[in-house]
Formats: sequence, C-alpha cells, structure tokens
Amino acid sequence: MALRDKPSQFVAWLQAGPMMLVFLVFFLVPLAFVIIVSFWDYNEYEMIPSFTTRGYVETFEGCLAQLPDLCTILKTYLKTLKLCFLVWLITLVIGFTVAYFLAFHIRSKTWQIALSLICTIPFWTSNVIRMIAWIPLLGRNGLVNSGLVKAGVIDKPLEWLLYSEFAVVLALVHLFTFFMVVPIFNSMIRIDKRLIEAAYDAGATGFQTLTNVIIPLAKPGIVIGSIFVITIVMGDFVTIGVMGGQQIAAAGKIIETRLNALQFPAAAANAVILLGITFMIIAMLSRLVDVRKEL
Amino acid sequence: MLREGRPLSFYILAFVFTLYVLFLYGPMLAIYVLSFQGPEGGLTFPMNGVSLTWFAKLFGGGGIVDIGAAFWRSLKLGLVVMMITVVFSVAAGMAFRKRFAGSAFLFYTAIASLIVPSIITSLGIALEFRVLDDAVKLHAADWGFAKLAEEWTTGMGLFTSGLGAHLTWTLPFGLLIMFAIFNRFDGRLEEAARDLGATPWQTFRHVVLPIILPSVVGIGLFGFTLSWDELARSSQAIGSVNTLPLELQGLTTTVTKPDIYALGTVTSAVSFLVIFAALYAIRLLQKRQERQGSDAGSGLV
Repeated sequence: MALRDKPSQFVAWLQAGPMMLVFLVFFLVPLAFVIIVSFWDYNEYEMIPSFTTRGYVETFEGCLAQLPDLCTILKTYLKTLKLCFLVWLITLVIGFTVAYFLAFHIRSKTWQIALSLICTIPFWTSNVIRMIAWIPLLGRNGLVNSGLVKAGVIDKPLEWLLYSEFAVVLALVHLFTFFMVVPIFNSMIRIDKRLIEAAYDAGATGFQTLTNVIIPLAKPGIVIGSIFVITIVMGDFVTIGVMGGQQIAAAGKIIETRLNALQFPAAAANAVILLGITFMIIAMLSRLVDVRKEL
Repeated sequence: MLREGRPLSFYILAFVFTLYVLFLYGPMLAIYVLSFQGPEGGLTFPMNGVSLTWFAKLFGGGGIVDIGAAFWRSLKLGLVVMMITVVFSVAAGMAFRKRFAGSAFLFYTAIASLIVPSIITSLGIALEFRVLDDAVKLHAADWGFAKLAEEWTTGMGLFTSGLGAHLTWTLPFGLLIMFAIFNRFDGRLEEAARDLGATPWQTFRHVVLPIILPSVVGIGLFGFTLSWDELARSSQAIGSVNTLPLELQGLTTTVTKPDIYALGTVTSAVSFLVIFAALYAIRLLQKRQERQGSDAGSGLV
C-alpha cells in the first residue's frame, strides 16, 4: 500500500501543480501584496516601501470627530451594504422561484435542460452589453418613459429610471440572478420527491411543505448562491459606475478612484477593508452549511 | 404536484418564469435591434430607418478607438485562456480523484479566487507587477543584464498579467465542472482497462477522455466566454493594451451614437457563435458515445 501511494502522490502533484502555480502567482502572492502595500507610504507618483498606517488613517479621516454623524467612508459602506442587501433579496426571491419551477414543475428532462439553457445563455454575454441594453429602455426618451407619457400616466419623463440607484439594482439583478438560480436548482433536483409526497400524505399544506421540507433541503444552494451574489455586488464597480452615471459611491468605486489617482497604498488599504467585510459575511453564511460537502 | 394534471401553481410559476425570461432577453434584444438604426438614428426607439451604417463605422476604423485590434486581441487571449483552462482543469480534476497532500488547500484557494471581489485580485496583480518592474529596473544590472535594465518598461501585458488575471476567474469554474464530471464517473471502466493491461496514459487517452469529452468541451466554452467578456479583473491588470470589454466600458461614457450598440451586437454574436458551436460539439460527442456504447452488449457472443 505504502509503495503504491508514493508514485500516485507524485503524479497527483504533477497533475494539480500547474493550477496550483497559477493560483500562487496570480492570486495568493497578489493578495499578499495587497495586504503588504496597504501599509506602505506613497507620494504623487510612486509608492514608498516603509511601514505606515496612512492608507487606513486617511480612509477614516475625521470619522471620530464627526460622530454621531457618519463620515463619507462609513456612509459609502452603508450604501454598499444596502445595495447588496436589496440585490441579494431580489435575486433570492426570483432565483428560488425560477429554480423551483424548473426543478418541480418541469417533468421532462429535455425541457429541463432546454429551459435552464435559456437562463444560462445571457450569462455568457458581456456584462457591459447587458448594462447598456437598459439605456434605450430606461433613458429619458426611452421606451418606458415614452410609453408612460403616451399612456397619460405621467406628464414628463421620470428622471430616476436611469443613472440612479434604481438602475444599479435593476442591472445587478439582471446580471447576477443566474448565480442564484444554478446552485438552488442543483440542491432542489437532489431532493427526493418521495419526501414531498410524504409531507403531502401527512396532511401538510403546500406552504407547509415549502417551509418545512423544501427550503431546509435547498439551504446549501441558497447559501452558495448568496455567497456568490454578495461577493460580486460588494466588489462591483463597473455596474455601479455605468448604471449610476459615475455618481454613486460604493466600496468598489472607492478602490477604483484611488487607483486612477495612482494612490496604490490607499487603494490597497480600502481593498483590505472590503476583503475583511466580505469575508465576515461569508464566514457567517458558511456557518450555515459545509460548502465542500455540497459539491 | 405529483398528482395527475397541472395544479394552479404550475400556471402561476410558468407565468413568473416567462416574465423572468422576458426580463433577461428583452433589453438585449433592444440593443441588437437598435444597432441596425439608419444613419440618422440615435440611441433610443423609434428606429430611424434600417441600415448597416454603424457596423461599417465600427470596422471602417476612424472611430474613437481601434475596435478591430481590440477584437483580435480579445479573441487571441480568449483562445489561449480556453486551452490553458481545459488542460489545467482536467489535470487537476484527475488529481482530485486521489487523496493528495494539499488538496484541501488547492480547493479552498480555487473557491477563494472565485469569491474574492475581482477588483482586489486585479489590484493585487497590478501591484505584483509594479514591484517586479521596480526590482528589474533596480537590480537587473547587478545580475549582469544591463541591457535589460535599460530597456525594461513593464512586465505587464496581455499574455502575462492579463492572462493570469483571466485564469484566476476561469480555472475555478473549470475545476468545479471537473468535480461534477467525476461525481458520476464509473471508476470500474478504468479498472477494466487496467486489468486488460493498459498503461495509465492509455487508460486516460482511450477510456477516460472519450467519456468526459463532452463536459471538457463545456469547460472550454466557459473558459473562452468568461475571458471574452471579462472586465473587472482585467481593468487594472492588463497593462496599456485594452481588450474589447474594456474598450466597450470606455465607450459607455463618451459615445452617444449607436456604434456602441453595433459593438455590443458584434461581441454578443461571437459569444453566441461559440456557445452554439460548443453545444453542437457536445451533442455530437454524446451521440458518438451512445453509438459506441451501444455495441458493447450487441457484439459477438
């Protein structure tokens, strides 16, 4: 046994090595650099490798003095969390409903595959295109506004449809509901249909079956989908930039702004803060379910 | 719901599902249609004639950016990312079927790479290459590469930092698909091959690979399209040249004409072409499998 194990270990390392190397060079080391550089000093045109907490201090500048009012950075994070929560809630409701329909109401395998493909295909189209696709609909002279005006519902075009928080949430839901549908669907098709039959026979109503049988069993999918959506939205700066008309501040946007100003250590400090918050949320969520077991 | 006939809830959910599909596709259809605006048309409905003006403008050059060059860059990068993703994912997927030291570490690294916000990965790669650049400029002469020290500008580029950034996004997907494949793979087929005297490589080449090939095409599909449409990870990490999505994002703030929709239509068309080519290949491979699988029992007794 021991004799056989050795070469197979070696082969396994050889096989997994290339992937490990890519993650080492392009993920783990860069992540370490983000943390290290966040403690570096900087001036207008270069970063200076000497230890300082300037990046963090400047981020929270004036926050204590302003209490109990919130300073800009805290307001920004609060807004990011709010956007994140809204998008999470909406994608969860839509994702759960769509997955439920596909898993429990579509009986033929072929139809199940066809309908899931229909949901998957847009995921493979550029996010930017799916964002700008809303412009002809939501713009000042867009379909929605001109339709509403013609129908006499409003007399002048609504201004808040595009380049607003509403537009950001709408676009994020449009882009990322897929990440909720797939994991929930995956957990749901593994539910033994006889359990539902049993609940029905025991006199449970449809709603009771849903809350006592289906939701607990679909929980892993719900958690995995939530982790996806939350981490994407927390770090997003492209959607918020394009759909918010570059006017809405969010955690990802702060990093981008700092980067454009070439303040790398400051950007890194904000990245570390964002990473910390994201990991706290994930840690809370993953206490609910063992991610590795569910694959 | 397992009874005869369709309950009311089916119709309600079918309606919700239809609305969701409309929500998914409606806006995209709008820009595909609008990219065929007449020369006088603007960014919104109603259509002002039908023409190919905006496509001609796109490829005729003279626009704000060189779309053609960005198009080929993205295509080349996508193909390289696709090949590397397929090879590395399949290899690592094979490794995970055995127990090996560090497997849990690699697994959690892949998951972390998937969920760490893209801009942080992107920033990290940018910082890594900056530090590398500084190191080369400072020390290359000491190491005996004086010429290198003088000429070095940056190590960042499409096929260094850019490629790496894309791989941190495509490889986790590739690995997860491999897990899904091997979850329902019958190990006895390999045992049989071994018993017949096949070497490990022969077993892989003639038994495992043909069976998993349809899903491997799926990994390629993910690899290419994720790279083709990737934006957030490339944003800081790619250096001075831009990919098509980056050009597109740049255009969103400056362009007020339907060129941008034409560009959207073209990139979507490439995505769709790849998706349907891959689906067709998967279907073909599955058919071949069914044909070849079926003669197992019907051969000579």
